[in-house]
Amino acid sequence: MLNQHEIIQTISMIKDQHLDIRTVTMHLSLFDCISESAARTADKVRSKLLSRAGRLKEVVEEIQSKYGIPIVNKRLSVSPVSLIGAASGGYKEIALAMDDAAKTVGVDFIGGYTALVQKAMTNEERDFILTIPEVLAATDRVCASVNVGSTRAGINMDAVRLMGEVVKRTAELTATSDGLGCAKLVVFANAVEDNPFMAGSFNGVSEGDCVVNVGISGPGVVKAAIERIRGESCDVLSETIKNTSFKITRMGELVGREAAKALGASFGIVDLSLAPTPIRNDSVGEVLEEMGLSAVGAHGTTACLAMLNDAVKKGGTMASSHVGGLSGAFIPVSEDIGMIEAVKRGALTLDKLEAMTSVCSVGLDMIAVPGSTSASTVSAIIADEAAIGVINNKTTAVRVIPVPGKEEGEVEFGGLLGRAPIMPAGKENADAFIARGGRIPAPIHSFKN
Amino acid sequence: MKAIVSVIGKDRTGIIAKVTGKLFELGCNVEDISQTVMHGSYFTMIMLITLAEGLAVGAVNDALSSVAEELGVEIRVQHEDIFNSMHRI
Repeated sequence: MLNQHEIIQTISMIKDQHLDIRTVTMHLSLFDCISESAARTADKVRSKLLSRAGRLKEVVEEIQSKYGIPIVNKRLSVSPVSLIGAASGGYKEIALAMDDAAKTVGVDFIGGYTALVQKAMTNEERDFILTIPEVLAATDRVCASVNVGSTRAGINMDAVRLMGEVVKRTAELTATSDGLGCAKLVVFANAVEDNPFMAGSFNGVSEGDCVVNVGISGPGVVKAAIERIRGESCDVLSETIKNTSFKITRMGELVGREAAKALGASFGIVDLSLAPTPIRNDSVGEVLEEMGLSAVGAHGTTACLAMLNDAVKKGGTMASSHVGGLSGAFIPVSEDIGMIEAVKRGALTLDKLEAMTSVCSVGLDMIAVPGSTSASTVSAIIADEAAIGVINNKTTAVRVIPVPGKEEGEVEFGGLLGRAPIMPAGKENADAFIARGGRIPAPIHSFKN
Repeated sequence: MKAIVSVIGKDRTGIIAKVTGKLFELGCNVEDISQTVMHGSYFTMIMLITLAEGLAVGAVNDALSSVAEELGVEIRVQHEDIFNSMHRI
């Protein structure tokens, strides 16, 4: 029998510490929708999304009501559209069908407008990538991602150069909303195929036909747990985070399995990422400060983040039979109040954030930079992040927003995307390096066979 | 199906009577109950109930929301598996 303390602890996590399921994401394969006609492909995509995801909202709401746990987002994710549309060239038509279906079934984002070009780009993939700015401006819910490097393949610097231009063009086409389109565009190295979080979610080519993946949250719960052990050693700190992560993950697994069963889908993975929101007591930045930093960005931040990330993974992997996705701590600036405040106080810089990405789960995420930042500087930022990922055999990503017409101040994106102080990029440039193009070879330690 | 009913709020007369009365109307059986008043006035009650056949947890929640409003307390009904998954291996 459960005891009163355990029950109160769970209720308090939900009620006071903002514990929730951040996303239940249904991943769908679209390979059966490929045809030589753009209109026919788009029709098949729309039909498949509506038929498989028609009950997603209803099922998720039932689970939320049954367990009393908030499920913040319901999302869809599809096979890389660069592959699905290659035969017809109808990339934009597919995107419009995705946007339309997402609105009909009531999900806030649909991911998978994706190309995987870590080694090379086909002509079709280049054409696809060039449609990204227009598609992100013409749709509301479609999210795009491009994988430009991997530990096995190296870094495709032609794609890196192109993506700098694509990010800038996306910002220009969505200038009236301060470059919001860029918040829906991620450039990856070592992209994972089962990530339920946006904007980088897609259904990998080796995934099943219909899979439910779950992303949990919980920075507030971790913060509350470590508030009780102030002054204790790092051993105790790590153990406390592990124990907390275990509990949160168990809840995610329960929800994921139940949703998959009710939707006639397979259960994929639980993504352990600590996903923050722009409200107080739901911030990874605040967790890092509670660990003993005067502000995120202080010397010691990278060590704290490394320990946090590792402890979350250790607790989570014990709790679930299938852990996957990105699984670590997210450090998106605009979506995390602790990060926003640290940037505004001058404590957290782009350079420190880059260092932090070498030990956390994603990368430079939701960072606004001045509108005057050049395409080649955006490419250089991408190249640096990709290098960290490729050399360290981990996922890294860049989601930066060069805010058109603004050099400083703050931009508001709304909702979970939050608000971002514009951070200055470096004054020097890497124009000649980016202009080289070509491919950075795979690192020596990738040859494991 | 079993669920945990938690009632948290300022103490007053009639909380147990009203909550269990509504549960009785719904055909739910109370299997275990523990109740304390902390710090002089903070009422906490936890009940393990068995739901009537075919009754959803959400329906019990809805039915108890008017009782919660009348008493000025928070009432949650949650399937027991969320607690079991978190606290039991």
